[in-house]
Amino acid sequence: MGSITIRNVSKTFGEAKVIPNIDLEINDGEFVVFVGPSGCGKSTLLRLIAGLEDVSGGQILIDGKDVTEAAPAERGLAMVFQSYALYPHMSVRNNIAFPLKMANMDQALINKKVEGAAKVLNLTDYLDRRPGQLSGGQRQRVAIGRAIVREPSAFLFDEPLSNLDAALRGTMRLEISDLHYQLKTTMVYVTHDQIEAMTMADKIVVLNRGNIEQVGSPLELYKSPRNLFVAGFIGSPRMNLIEGDYARSKNAKTVGIRPEHLLPSKQSGLWRGTVTVAEHLGADTFLHANVDGLGPITARVDGEFGVKHGETVYLTPDESKLHRFDDKGLALGPALTGA
Amino acid sequence: MARRITNRRKVVISLIAWSIALALFFPILWTFLTSFKTEGDAVATPPQFLFFHWTTENYIEVQARSDYFLHFFNSVVIAVGSTLIGLAIAIPAAWAMAFAPTKRTKDILMWMLSTKMMPPVGALIPIYLIFRNMGLLDSRWGLVGVLTLINLPIIVWMLYTYFKEIPGEILEAARMDGASLMKEIVYVLTPMAVPGIASTLLLNIILAWNEAFWTLNLSTSEAAPLTTFIASYSSPEGLFYAKLSAASTMAIAPILILGWFSQKQLVRGLTFGAVK
Ligand SMILES: Nc1ncnc2c1ncn2[C@@H]1O[C@H](COP(=O)(O)OP(=O)(O)O)[C@@H](O)[C@H]1O
Ligand SMILES: [Mg+2]
Repeated sequence: MGSITIRNVSKTFGEAKVIPNIDLEINDGEFVVFVGPSGCGKSTLLRLIAGLEDVSGGQILIDGKDVTEAAPAERGLAMVFQSYALYPHMSVRNNIAFPLKMANMDQALINKKVEGAAKVLNLTDYLDRRPGQLSGGQRQRVAIGRAIVREPSAFLFDEPLSNLDAALRGTMRLEISDLHYQLKTTMVYVTHDQIEAMTMADKIVVLNRGNIEQVGSPLELYKSPRNLFVAGFIGSPRMNLIEGDYARSKNAKTVGIRPEHLLPSKQSGLWRGTVTVAEHLGADTFLHANVDGLGPITARVDGEFGVKHGETVYLTPDESKLHRFDDKGLALGPALTGA
Repeated sequence: MARRITNRRKVVISLIAWSIALALFFPILWTFLTSFKTEGDAVATPPQFLFFHWTTENYIEVQARSDYFLHFFNSVVIAVGSTLIGLAIAIPAAWAMAFAPTKRTKDILMWMLSTKMMPPVGALIPIYLIFRNMGLLDSRWGLVGVLTLINLPIIVWMLYTYFKEIPGEILEAARMDGASLMKEIVYVLTPMAVPGIASTLLLNIILAWNEAFWTLNLSTSEAAPLTTFIASYSSPEGLFYAKLSAASTMAIAPILILGWFSQKQLVRGLTFGAVK
């Protein structure tokens, strides 16, 4: 079991109100990702759940039980830190065994569990090394091992992959997703990387300046962002946001169109632009163009699209996929074609 | 282009480094050599370097005239005693400042350091009078007390910089892992803090061992450490360079040996934790 309820929680550090007021429900077994720009309060919210910070107001419930005043260890949660936070003076074996020792578990059982975890995480050959003798990816796996042996009711991850190189990040992303599939334990995962959020989450919580902008599945956020912030944050490359006459013609202050919803052509189209950069990735092409009267627009084309810097390109938006926003930046509902 | 270190440059830098090292080491070498000369050879012009009549009579005479082992014992008691008491006070203090800092922590640290900027002679008369009135002159406990206070700011500073280096997330991880405060201290904090404490201990023993101002002014015979023992050869019946050198050699030998065997810890200590 591992459902977490956050009720009216606020947090201030001295004068600074980092989290004004948050309500959130995390269901048992869910993979929830907190995503948002750096400094928006993701780590603070996670640390409030962990009990490493005290709330300034509100309540935190785990499985319906009020743990607002409970010490971290009493909450039955395990945390994986950005810096891994391994014990440098202990072997990998003792690092993984530490929480079990603290629970006064029988030594034979500890050994069995540690070896089991090491096997799952490919660490069997490294059990007698110190953390300092391991690579970044291995250290990360030790930190995860230390978390899983406890069989916590939920895992908390704070940007666990941000110290790894891109290739390793991809692999570890899959490993963590796979782990969630096997364990079916609640996971709360903090990241500033929307790709991690999109690929791993059952439910994404978009945070901005300590406020929740939107909660939803990755596809919900992609298809119907509630406001400009979410629209700009979710999706890569970013959604094109256009103001001015074109937006007014759609009865909106701003309209958004994702790069993949623009049809490019070398002959004709609604908008005429000049290519500034064309990124040819093979499987698809990112076109950055300067469109007359609109400014810089990015389009994403499946497969190869042979244009170079300085050439003319025509782009036509798929108007059924337009996002419209009012002057407060709130979404106006689906675009009305022909409006 | 990467910077090329040419051979000529290497030779020049090596030469400079060796010259500086020799210049620094030369007085100690000269003292050591002089301690094996006769008083006549010791003051001969031109100075005799290696080809003189080697003798150990200075050592025999120094030991006969003043009890080396009494002063050695005093030095050990004063250096080790003041260091241990200092650590007992400084560990909790540095701990609190490193892990639970307040707005004033930096000011307190600066204030502590500022006490080391005052010339000690400024406090000599009051302290001398306090010592005299309390009957602490020429007592080991008096010297232990005053050296504890003299070196306390340095001990606190060194420990503070070490404790600051211990990442807070590791302590938080231990808390998440279910460690009680006691277990956190025993299994996580102490093992990570011990190297820093050991460096501080060694460096402070050396500082206390070599401290001359207070020990010279507050002790005469019974409690006198080796610093006073050396000084006693520089005045009473005129200068006796050879015997003075023998006394100096005997006084610095123990600490040199200690330093030699604990080089690694000491380098860490002297760089104040700058290298990991
Ligand atoms: N212990 C603290 N004391 C004061 N301010 C803090 C503390 N921890 C975090 N903050 C502030 O709270 C804000 C949110 O921080 P954080 O939760 O770490 O952001 P994120 O993890 O989203 O990058 C930041 O502006 C940060 O400076
Ligand atoms: Mg963070």
